[in-house]
Formats: sequence, structure tokens, C-alpha cells
Amino acid sequence: MEALTVNEVTKRYTNHLALDQVSLSIPEQSIFGLLGPNGAGKTTLIRIINQIINADSGTISIFGETLDTKHIGTIGYLPEERGLYKKLKVGEQLIYLARLKGLSRSDASEKCKAWIKKFEITEWWSKKVEDLSKGMAQKVQFISTVLHEPRLIILDEPFSGFDPVNAQLITREILELKNKGCTIIFSTHRMETVEDLCDHIALIDNSKKILEGSKKQVKETYRSNTFRVETKGGFKLSLAGYELLDQQPLEDSYYNSIIKINDGSSPNKLIRDLTEITEVHSFVEKVPTMSEIFISLVKGGKK
Amino acid sequence: MNKVLLIIQREFLNRVQKKSFLIATILLPLIFPAIMAVLVYISVQHKKNATKEVVYFVDDSGFFSPDTSRFIFRRFNGNIDDAKNAFQYDDASYGLLYIPSLELSSPRGITLYTNVSPGPNEVGSMERILEDQIRELKMIKFNIDKKVLDSLNTNVSIQNVNLAGGEEKTSDSNVLFGVGMACGIMMYMFIFIYGAQIMQGIIEEKTSKVVEVIISSVKSFQLMMGKIVGLASVGLLQFLIWIVLITTLSSIVLGYFGLEMPQQQMMNEMSPQSPAMQNPQTLELLNTMSQIPFAYVIFNFLFYFLGGYLLYGALFAAVGSAVDSPAEAQQFMFPITIPMLIAYFGLFTFILDDPHGTISIWLSIIPFTSPIAMMGRIAFGVPDWQLALSMVSLIAGFMLTTWVAGRIYRVGILMHGTKINYKVMAKWFMMKG
Repeated sequence: MEALTVNEVTKRYTNHLALDQVSLSIPEQSIFGLLGPNGAGKTTLIRIINQIINADSGTISIFGETLDTKHIGTIGYLPEERGLYKKLKVGEQLIYLARLKGLSRSDASEKCKAWIKKFEITEWWSKKVEDLSKGMAQKVQFISTVLHEPRLIILDEPFSGFDPVNAQLITREILELKNKGCTIIFSTHRMETVEDLCDHIALIDNSKKILEGSKKQVKETYRSNTFRVETKGGFKLSLAGYELLDQQPLEDSYYNSIIKINDGSSPNKLIRDLTEITEVHSFVEKVPTMSEIFISLVKGGKK
Repeated sequence: MNKVLLIIQREFLNRVQKKSFLIATILLPLIFPAIMAVLVYISVQHKKNATKEVVYFVDDSGFFSPDTSRFIFRRFNGNIDDAKNAFQYDDASYGLLYIPSLELSSPRGITLYTNVSPGPNEVGSMERILEDQIRELKMIKFNIDKKVLDSLNTNVSIQNVNLAGGEEKTSDSNVLFGVGMACGIMMYMFIFIYGAQIMQGIIEEKTSKVVEVIISSVKSFQLMMGKIVGLASVGLLQFLIWIVLITTLSSIVLGYFGLEMPQQQMMNEMSPQSPAMQNPQTLELLNTMSQIPFAYVIFNFLFYFLGGYLLYGALFAAVGSAVDSPAEAQQFMFPITIPMLIAYFGLFTFILDDPHGTISIWLSIIPFTSPIAMMGRIAFGVPDWQLALSMVSLIAGFMLTTWVAGRIYRVGILMHGTKINYKVMAKWFMMKG
């Protein structure tokens, strides 16, 4: 079953189209990367999923049901613009936010204490948020996002403001949540996060979805049949079927070359041909990184 | 538990648990009377201790006989020009009074020379001294016996009895004026203070960005109403405490002076031995006070506070949601303030002077001005149909402003760094879900 299906959602503001017939399907128990440049419409889409604003047209279903106010407790949302009540104590704050999501007082209190203990921040319980550091407040906010055990968690730029230690802690929590059956939507610019964590991605640019699929699938689509070859000594490639895109000297007369294989040839044939003319030390397919795919697509769209 | 109730509860506890709430609630009813008492005390002391000013006079008419009750008059021997010259270099004396030779029937040309501009009080008392002396001279001239004249002076004070409702109620328009003024001013202050708090709270929520988390859990309208109602309940609690506090305090104070509480006075026989009871004016005042239906006034005050607060609170909420900082909010508060100011000035210009005039009636029915205007009128007695019409239109009024505010609020709280003007707000208002 799909955790979330977005079907031809359109949202128009007075002066511009924020979302233009965007459709997505997010598999259950996946980590889904929602990518796109600033102003592409990601936040609008997330707000529509959170029922903060309504779409002009299109439908959304969550775990097979049409999205409704009763699903508020099903979703946990960490907005990009973090914020908590500054004057409220950590414990009170977490319980209040959880109760707004529909938990009973005792339930909220119990879960809250468990998380506080897990994050080893028990001594913060009766501290006011304004007395916490930014990183500490982020932890509290992360707890508030997952406290009510949502099945769908939406994290907008989750790692901004975290030091590497805390980022790792949060990463571990996210993976644990996924293993417990949660579906997680990441909205982020940080491609290394996408590379490391996401199984599925969608790219939104200029209000339209321009790419969607599993990470492997996407990479498959955007592989360009280029290979990185490390050789001893430089060489010139004048054989038909190949194209030498780049050649850079490394240390000790080693060279790094990027070769594109045109149609009608194969990697094996290239290796054979190369061994004739030089000493090959390594030969790997140059798989595009998510960052490269992102940049090429977004730039392409702008042209 | 209903989420709106949860927000109301949170908002209520947030405010009530603060020390500032406790301090304001306990001190405010004490501060105002204390300030008044201090000012009155100072002015009484000042008058008592004031040294009499020395005034030199040149009397060419020969009628003036110095009176020493208010000034120390000293005759200057010489003509007025010499006197003026001498006076210019004299810092010890207050003024130089010149009375030219004059006709008693039309005394003209009396002049007071001073080195500083005199206050109206000084000039007034000097005029009175002269008037009294001239009158006495005239009486002698016309052969009128002073006793006859005194017997002509009669002191009339009209006792006002209101027959409405079939029972006789004595009333004193001065007391009613005072009650109306106090109620009107308090209403103005409270609507402002609480309205500004609503705005403050919403700006805080918006700038701390917590609002996006909250409205992913509740509808923005629920959040807005929760906040408004939560603060209203704080206001009601505060009033309740004040009423209890003031009633207790005034019974203690009145008890100290040997008086009964006005409310209790009707039931209890007054003790004729107490010294204040022998003063007919005090008696009359207390009698009037006892005629004012305090429960009725308080009930209406609470109703109009709630209604007016909800009406203006919604508007303040809309402004708070649109702006990014309190400074930015100033320009949008002005138009909200205008109807309040109209009611406030109307209170002093029409309503208290003529509580049953057309303008007063309309001001107390139009929902934007009615909370203040009606409180000005309420003690004078308002026909039931006017009160009912006013209440219904106030309810309709706050439903309207709440609806308008809700539409601006839902868009405004998510907008950051937008340049706001009325056109933008109108656009938000029109925007569909």
C-alpha cells in the first residue's frame, strides 16, 4: 500500500501557480526525498498534506483513505522554520503539542518522558525553551514531531542547525522509525542526505514534478555510459565508439580519464582496447550523483 | 478533549500563572485610588501652607479697603508711574494692583501688573475681592440692608425622583455622571489592554514560528478563537477578583468611618450616632449610591466588556497575524482605534451630558462604539429595547469582525517578510482556502 498518494494537485496563488498538477506516490515504510530548488512549491505541497492550506484541485489519500482532519494525528511535521513557545517549559510544551495531536494527558506525559530519557535530556524537563541552545531546541522539536507516533513523518530540512553528533543521533532515530514501519518524507537541499538515506525521490521544479522514482531507478535513468579510468601514463584515444571527455594527471604519472562509450560499443571492449595502449589500474562506471542529476535537471528546466 | 478547549486552557494558564498577572490584579484597584489620594493630599497641603503673596496697590478711586484673607495688600504712596518703576525691580512682591478713579456702576481700567503671568486662580480671587467690595459700596449707595439681601438668597437643590418601573428612585445626576464616566473609561482601557495582549501573543507565535506546528494540528480559526477566548477568560477572572477585592476593601474603609456599605444600607437601619450620618450631603450621596443597581451595572459591564473585547480582539488578532513585529503593527492599529476614540470623546461631549439624546442613543447601539457609550449611559437608566438592540448588534458585530479577521489570520500567520498594506490584507481576505 502507498503511504501517501498525491493526485494532480494544483494550487494557485494570486500571482503565480505554486503547484501544477503534481502527482506523487510515496510507498509505505520508505524514506522519500522531496527535492527541488527554493520556491519550487515544496513547502506549499507539504502544507497541503498537513492540511494547513487547501489545494485548489486534486486529491490526496493517506494509507488508502482520503485525507481528512482525522488524519492529523497520523502525521508528524517538522517545519523548516523551527519554533516552540519560548516561555513554556520543555515538558509542558511537549505534552501540550502532543495533546493537540489528539493524545490524552497521561499518554502524552508518559511518551514524552520516554523520549526525554532516550535523548538523555531529563534535566531539561522544567527548563524554558528560551534558555536552551539552538541545537537543544531542535532536539525538543524533533521529539514533538514524533511523540504522537505518527505513521507518516514529514521533515523539512531536518538537519539544519544540528552539529554532526546530533545529526547522527537524528539519522539513527529516523532509520529506527523507518524500521518500525514509519514512512518518512524528507524535504531537503542536502544531496548527501538524499544519497545516504532516501530510497525514493521526487524532484519538483517550477511548480511541476519533473522526476520521480526509486533512487536506483533514477540513477539508472541518468547514467550516461561514462567510465572513469585510472591509468599509468597518459594516452590518446582515437578509436571509433569512444569519446575521451577529460584527462587529468594524478601523482606519479598516473592519469585519470573520463571516457564515454557511444552506442555500438561496450565497457568490456573498451577495457580490451585500453589495455592495448596503456596500463589500466582501475575502471569504474561513473554513476551520476543525486546532486549532478538535480543540477542538470533544474538547470535544463531554466533554459 | 476538544482542541479549542485545550488552547483556551493553555492560554489561560500561561497568563494567570505569571507573576505579573497577580501583581496587576491586586495592585491596580489600589493604585488608582492611591494616586488620587496622594494628589488630593498634596494639593490640600499646598493650599494650607501657601504663604500669602504681597500685592502693592495704588488706589486713585479711594474705595479699596485692603482685605487680607488671600493677599497681603500694601498701599504704595505715590502715583502709578512711580509704582511701576519701583515694582519692576522688586522681586519680593507678587503684583501691583492699580485702581484708577472709576464709576462704581461700570468699573473699568483696573489693572494688575506682575513680573510673571498670574494663574487664573490668583486673578479670580482678586476679582472676587474687588467685586465684593464694590457690591457692598453699592448696597450702601442704594440703601439696602445686608440682612434683607441675604434673606433673598435661597439655596435650592432639586431632588430627582425616577418613576420608571412604578417605584420611586431618588437619583443624583452628579453621582450617575461619575459612575458613567468611570465605567466608560474603564471599558476603554480594558478593551485596549486586552486587545493589545491578543495582538502581542499572536505576533509572538508568528515570529517564533511555532504557529506552523500548531496549525498542522488545529485549524487556524480554532487557534485564533482559542487564543481570544482564553484571554477573555483571564479578563473575566481579573474582574471577578477586582469586584471581590473592591467590595471587601470598601466595606472595610466605610466600616472604619462608621458607615455601612451602600448595598447593605437599604436593609440596615442607619445609626444616627455616627458623625458622618449627621451630614445631610453624605446622607444624600449614600442614598443615591444605594439606588444605583450595582449588580445590573456590573452585569452589563461584563457583557459589554466581553462583546467589545471579542469585536476588537478579532481585529487586533488580524493585525497581529499580518505583521512581523509590534512596531509594524502601529500603523494598522490606528484605524481600529478611531471608533474607540469617537466613543471615548463622545462619552465626554454628548453621552454624560445628555444620556438620552439621539447621538448618545446611536453611539450606544452601533457595535463599534456601544461598549464604551453604553457604559456611560447605563447608570442613568436605558430603555430595555435600546439595551436589547445594542446587545444584539454587538453580538452580530463581533461575529462579523471575527469572520473577517479569521480570513486574514489564516493567510497572515504563514507570511513572513511580506510588505503589508491594506490591499494585501484585502487580497488575503478574498483568497480561497
